[in-house]
Amino acid sequence: MSVHKSIQHDSALKQACGTARYLDDIPEPKALLHMYIAMSEHAHGKINSMDLSAVQTAHGVKCVLAAKDILGHNDISPFGGDDPLFAQSVVEYVGQPVFAVVASTRELATRAAKLANIDYAPLPLITTIEQARDADLTIENAKTITKGDASAAIKSADHTTEGSFVMGGQDHFYLEGMIAMALPLEDGDVHVYSSTQNPTEIQHLVAHVLGKTQKDVTVEVRRMGGGFGGKETQPAIMAAACALGATKTGQAVKCRLDRDDDMKMTGKRHDFIYGYKCGFDITGRILGLDVKLESRCGRSKDLSGPINDRAMFHADNSYDLPSAKIMSHRYKTHTVSNTAFRGFGGPQGMIGIEKIIEDIAHQLGKDPLDMRLLNAYGDDKTNITPYGQTVKDAVVKDILEELAQSSDYRARRAAIRTYNKTSKVLKKGISITPVKFGISFTKTFLNQAGALVHVYADGSVHLNHGGTEMGQGLFTKVAQVVAEEFKIPLGQIKISATRTDKVPNTSATAASSGSDLNGMAALNAARKIKLRLITHAAIKLNCTETEISFVNGKIKGGDKSISFADLARSAYEARIQLSATGFYKTPKIRYNPVSLMGSPFYYYAYGAAVSEVIIDTLSGENKTVRVDILHDCGKSLNPVIDKGQIEGSFIQGMGWLTCEELVYDEAGHLKTHAPSTYKIPTIGDRPKIMNITIWEKGCNREETIYRSKAVGEPPFMLANSVYCALADAVCASSDYTSRTNLNAPCTPEEILRAVMSL
Amino acid sequence: MDTVLRRGERDKERIVMARNYIQFLLNGETITEAHLDPTMTVLQYLRERKMKTGTKEGCAEGDCGACTVLLNALDGSKIKSRSVNACILFMGTMDGKEIRTVESLGTPEEPHEIQQLVAEKHGSQCGFCTPGIVMSLAALQIDSMPKSRKTIDEALAGNLCRCTGYGPIIDAAMAMKPKQVNQNSLAKLASLQHNETVKLSVNVYGEQKRFYDPKTLGELTRILTERPDATLLAGGTDVGLWVTKHHKTLNTIIYLGNVEALSAIEENNNNLHIGAGVKYADAINNLGQLYPQMGDVIRRIGAAQVRNLGTIGGNIANGSPIGDMPPLLIAAGAKLVLRSANDERIIPLEDFFIEYGKQDLHKGEFVKSTIIPKPTPSQKYFAYKISKRFESDISAVCMAMSLSLKDGICSNVRIAYGGMAATPKRAANAEKALEGQNWTEENIRRAVVALPSDFTPIDDLRASKSYRMQVAQNLLLKAWLEDQNNAPIHVLEADI
Repeated sequence: MSVHKSIQHDSALKQACGTARYLDDIPEPKALLHMYIAMSEHAHGKINSMDLSAVQTAHGVKCVLAAKDILGHNDISPFGGDDPLFAQSVVEYVGQPVFAVVASTRELATRAAKLANIDYAPLPLITTIEQARDADLTIENAKTITKGDASAAIKSADHTTEGSFVMGGQDHFYLEGMIAMALPLEDGDVHVYSSTQNPTEIQHLVAHVLGKTQKDVTVEVRRMGGGFGGKETQPAIMAAACALGATKTGQAVKCRLDRDDDMKMTGKRHDFIYGYKCGFDITGRILGLDVKLESRCGRSKDLSGPINDRAMFHADNSYDLPSAKIMSHRYKTHTVSNTAFRGFGGPQGMIGIEKIIEDIAHQLGKDPLDMRLLNAYGDDKTNITPYGQTVKDAVVKDILEELAQSSDYRARRAAIRTYNKTSKVLKKGISITPVKFGISFTKTFLNQAGALVHVYADGSVHLNHGGTEMGQGLFTKVAQVVAEEFKIPLGQIKISATRTDKVPNTSATAASSGSDLNGMAALNAARKIKLRLITHAAIKLNCTETEISFVNGKIKGGDKSISFADLARSAYEARIQLSATGFYKTPKIRYNPVSLMGSPFYYYAYGAAVSEVIIDTLSGENKTVRVDILHDCGKSLNPVIDKGQIEGSFIQGMGWLTCEELVYDEAGHLKTHAPSTYKIPTIGDRPKIMNITIWEKGCNREETIYRSKAVGEPPFMLANSVYCALADAVCASSDYTSRTNLNAPCTPEEILRAVMSL
Repeated sequence: MDTVLRRGERDKERIVMARNYIQFLLNGETITEAHLDPTMTVLQYLRERKMKTGTKEGCAEGDCGACTVLLNALDGSKIKSRSVNACILFMGTMDGKEIRTVESLGTPEEPHEIQQLVAEKHGSQCGFCTPGIVMSLAALQIDSMPKSRKTIDEALAGNLCRCTGYGPIIDAAMAMKPKQVNQNSLAKLASLQHNETVKLSVNVYGEQKRFYDPKTLGELTRILTERPDATLLAGGTDVGLWVTKHHKTLNTIIYLGNVEALSAIEENNNNLHIGAGVKYADAINNLGQLYPQMGDVIRRIGAAQVRNLGTIGGNIANGSPIGDMPPLLIAAGAKLVLRSANDERIIPLEDFFIEYGKQDLHKGEFVKSTIIPKPTPSQKYFAYKISKRFESDISAVCMAMSLSLKDGICSNVRIAYGGMAATPKRAANAEKALEGQNWTEENIRRAVVALPSDFTPIDDLRASKSYRMQVAQNLLLKAWLEDQNNAPIHVLEADI
């Protein structure tokens, strides 16, 4: 078996030896030029005049590109039509590309850019959610999902809880920064190397900027040094600018962003203000929930619409809500346009109800776990989400109970309460939280994929598909699927770079959908060839087609067998086509994108985590000391790769909620734009004890690829347990008499503020 | 090779035995370079000149570790091998050293044990940080310290990984078999050692760049007299960023790293003398023995790669209000030795910091060493660092306090803070509140109350002014509580 097996990432050894090639490692073409993209220093201003003559004549400069130099359309937005490649007449965030310098070296391009003389007239500034709310500045209209009459239910409930808290944004901090390289070809065509999760969109946008069609542009990516959603739409800036530079100069052009520029120029996770009012009965059963989600979208639409939709779809998380009103405001600000990031709004939508459950438990003096079990989707509920989808496999209770048992949650919770009685300065906290995450792109048409499989005459196999590799192990998983279909060793399959001229019209590798979509498409392609091989083998081995079986690199029929390589050779000589394309589209998804009602998701992925934390009530310093995770990967295609996704995702989620803080000043300048100032978790932040288990009973009730489940994003939200555990520890500092609205990230400063507010 | 010097200058150079090229080893191969931009980083050199693309750029400021290489130097008769960030290391400083990159360990066909382990334990996902992780593991492998989660964390705190969550990397580290430093290059490295001053003079984009690498104090003062506006370069963990981030041209650099007199640690009955060029990594043990809590904070300055390059003198001389060494040392009563061509003076460390960006340093003068008094039996010393992240972060507030306790009465109270003012500064009023008083909660609370009259901190990306003040006050209380508790009260020390 090649599937359901722990197989090492196909590039792991190359990566450890430094021979795995990233874009900047590709041997450079002759006379390669380098690009620097100059950014706006103003968050909102009108460009009165732009004198780039000194830039143009600076040492080493080949050409300068600005809005007026664009050959086609000055727009690189995914669909909003509102993202100019270079600012036209107005700048709307600090870091917005204004012009680009193409020079013989990166250093000369960078230095020359400083010689620009641009006169800006400052315009009124709106940088925060509060300011945008006051000014009613939005990127699109607010949306509401309604189930029943939440306000009536809350009004008549025995108990209520209400409040609001803030959660900050997050920078992706992929280790490989944004980069692109464009080669001019004949007929004005371009070949673009781009570190992107979305080659097809880059192809489309490059063509759009050049005034060409998609056939004139090829985009290629072998691997990215991390993506996390940050390379879904944002790489278009570098790719389009390089393609323009290459077209103008006739030479290859590379643009590799400096880390600081990358962090200033490109979008991040949306920060949210979460406001809520919840009514519940004496047992803790939620009767009605009224949620207001307010997000900072930044200067343009980008993907903010679907991101905020997904936030709304996850406001229930794993809980059955008899009535709910979920309202979402999408604010425009003069800051970088926020974009996709692992979870795609799901984390921001989901975390609130976990806080609410903890509030309810506190009010009633109960264990939050019991409140979770009481409210969770399950056999005793109607299991209809606020948006009208029925939760068919409501397994979250099983997972919670199994994890509570294996992690010894209840005994540890009691022990922590005892510890906190005597510990004056240090306080511990614990929390167990579940995750239910909807799988499918909420833009339904994106749920499609293609693949291309060649079997060569010597039996070696070339595999290509529309998915991109960013470290998540997608290429390994899809190769496993093809190896399984042909029953050949993985080593016989060549995993090749994603290219738009091999598989067209693909979707971004995003929404955790990579292996679901591309695995199925590759299977489909391989199966076509396999059927042809079966027909040929039956003739060759003189038996019926039903007698043919593929086993261990051999094809058997009757009492004879032939190696895969020999069969391939024989089929070739018999003039049988050994190449096929495959296609897949996700079934069963349908919903109304305006009302947001229906079934946007093919299925749900589940999991739960217990986190134990300790805080210092004098300094606010805090640490997650132990984590236990039970996660549902369906029937995992590759358990060790899935485990890597679970662990990495969790730590990234923990970073979002603890140490990663984006700080903007009043003028809209991001002050945390490099690892010296923006702190992602380091090795020491990894909890000393971390038990990660893939749920053995997991199985996808839908017919996904080998009944596996998507795993890229769902575990990110397991880190909600860290936030809730920190709130529990803060509450302990008041001897469990009061709770407060803890904001994220829970930096030492925020923890101390919360402790002192009690 | 140096065609731009006037004849007179050239003659002068000849007298003091200078050479105008550098020689170093790259993965065992001897390389001579004479026309290299001295501020070209090792990372640029590797990737752009030598096509060794295994070493990656993640941040170009020494904070992510993707560019980690091993820097080998002669230490007596042996090679000392340490992890460093190639992205902020200037090529000019490479004379007489060896750079070892990930390519020198193994290939996919014949991997090194560490490379095999990292792959096998699934420690590489996107793989961009992996070569740096492998090199930090290589440095850890040759470290004699027993492998534990603590030593692993300490060796790898400067290597950010955004994919794995670090667990598989820890597994790989635990599985490594210890190794001795590879001494293969010993003879070659020994042959590169010399006593001449290296002087590079290179025209870069029309600008003349000069780089001096003197070996003696005499040479250093002579060159500094000649070139009083030169940039003094020690570890380069700060100056490196002037080039990689601020795109500044440093026309004249005097490198202090090979001036023997600056890299000495000397000890007598009463004091420890630490040369300005002594790296954190070489001072931690000495300082930590005298003042354990000082050692704990130094272990949280930067990460291994930064502590392997950065110097105690540099952290003082750059005058930053948020460097950790000044408050740590001021509280301990340290003095600074300032040297110029014809003079040497000693001042209390706190007097060196006049105002933001201004230190008590005359033209032609440089920091020679720091004198740190040894603690007396009745002395108590506390030190704390508060930051958003425990490892490799800059302090929001750093506090150190020292006092002598006799019959329950406090004397010689010295309380110093970083991050609370435009310079590292003593808390005069808080000190006064304790001086001559009983060491009681009541009196420490008097110091707490006095503290706002000592400082007016500011809001910035690391903390708000109100948090800074609050935590600065709380740390006084914490010191007292820890003393009563006779054990640290810290989230990192608590039992699970």
